[in-house]
This record gives sequence, C-alpha cells and structure tokens, in this order.
Amino acid sequence: MIRVVVQPDPIDIAAEFGVLNGLEAGGIATFAGQVRRDDGVEALELEHYPGMTETMLGRLAREAAERWSLSGVTVVHRVGRMVPGEHIVFVAAAAAHRAAALDACAYLIDRLKTDAPFWKREHVGGDARWVAARASDDRAAERWRG
Amino acid sequence: MAIDMLYFAWVRESVGIGGERVDPPAEVATVAALLDWLADRSEAHARAFADRAKLRAAIDQAFVPLDAPLGRASEVAIFPPVTGG
Repeated sequence: MIRVVVQPDPIDIAAEFGVLNGLEAGGIATFAGQVRRDDGVEALELEHYPGMTETMLGRLAREAAERWSLSGVTVVHRVGRMVPGEHIVFVAAAAAHRAAALDACAYLIDRLKTDAPFWKREHVGGDARWVAARASDDRAAERWRG
Repeated sequence: MAIDMLYFAWVRESVGIGGERVDPPAEVATVAALLDWLADRSEAHARAFADRAKLRAAIDQAFVPLDAPLGRASEVAIFPPVTGG
C-alpha cells in the first residue's frame, strides 16, 4: 500500500495512521514534522512544483517499499500557508520488523528534503523570507546512497 | 522548438512571472545557454539568473545540472535549491 498526498488542508495524523494500522505488519514507524515556534516565525508558506512533487514523492515511496519490503508506506506533505504547531509533513512505514520500519521512515524524510521540489517561506515581523537550503540536509540524504 | 518555462520561489518573484512559453534558436543547446539567452532579452531575467550557483533546474520534471542538454525538452523549470520537509 503506497499513499502519497500533497494537500493544502491540515494533516489528519490519526486518520493517516489508521490507514497503515489496518495492514499486516510487525510495526509502524512514523515521523511528523511541525512548524517550529522559534525565531519569531508567525507563519510558514510552502510552494511546490505541481506534478513533479507527486512524481518524486511517489518514486521515493516505491523505492522505500522495495528496499525494506514494506507492507505500507505513507507520505503526506502540506503546501500553502500554515502556522507554528501545525504539521507540515507526515511519513510512515509499516514493516515486519522495527529496524526496517524505522530505517524506511528516516530514509523517506531525509530524501524528500533534497529530492522533492518544495520551497519554504517564513513570515517574521511582517517580513517574508525564503528559507535557504542546508548542507546538513544534503549530507543526511547522501548517507542512503549506494 | 517551443519550451514552457516555469519559475518557482524567489526566482519566480525575481523574474516577475510564474512561467512563459519561449522559442529559443537551435544553437541554444543547454539549460545554461537557455538562461544566457533569456538574460540577454530582459533585465528581470538577467537579475534572476545572475548567480548560477543559487539556481537549480528540471527538464520535463526531472532534476538536471545546469549544463544538461535541452534535447527535446518541452518544460524547463528554474528554481532555488529545495527546502521541503
């Protein structure tokens, strides 16, 4: 079961977890990223490349499902405007054993940060600024290659 | 050979439009050459494309380096390094 969604609406974590919970699996690993309250950020805006985003997330989900023999994988990413505390991304992997589920989950969040066309803009004190890409994200994605 | 250009994030703001259809001459054979050609035609493009190290590209929705050949590209997107997740 592969589920990839890009949506402007808030992420229903319980419902997304429920989709995987019905599958035959030894365990489900999840990661939920949320908009941080630090740096005085009042809102975060996510722009993306419609079409390419879904293609890239689908490719990563299929790669993870194959590499770790997952029974289910979910990637949900929000776009548009959101405020601190709201979930921006949810990834989950259901597998026979915990190591596979945890590794697949880490792989998905590391790879999507560098391989999916999203751009963040922070709103702080009436100003808006584009968030710069981080070298540490490139290194995190790189460790899964080969 | 008409190409649909797409611009995202600050590149979109800098160029001033989200996209356009262009028809470069045949000698424009790479993404970098396409950026040079567009920069020659307008100040906004020249400013947006000034620092190539800050630009990334996709041809027909697949990431490519800036020196990639255009081939039979129908859609070329120019944007900053991605920051999702």
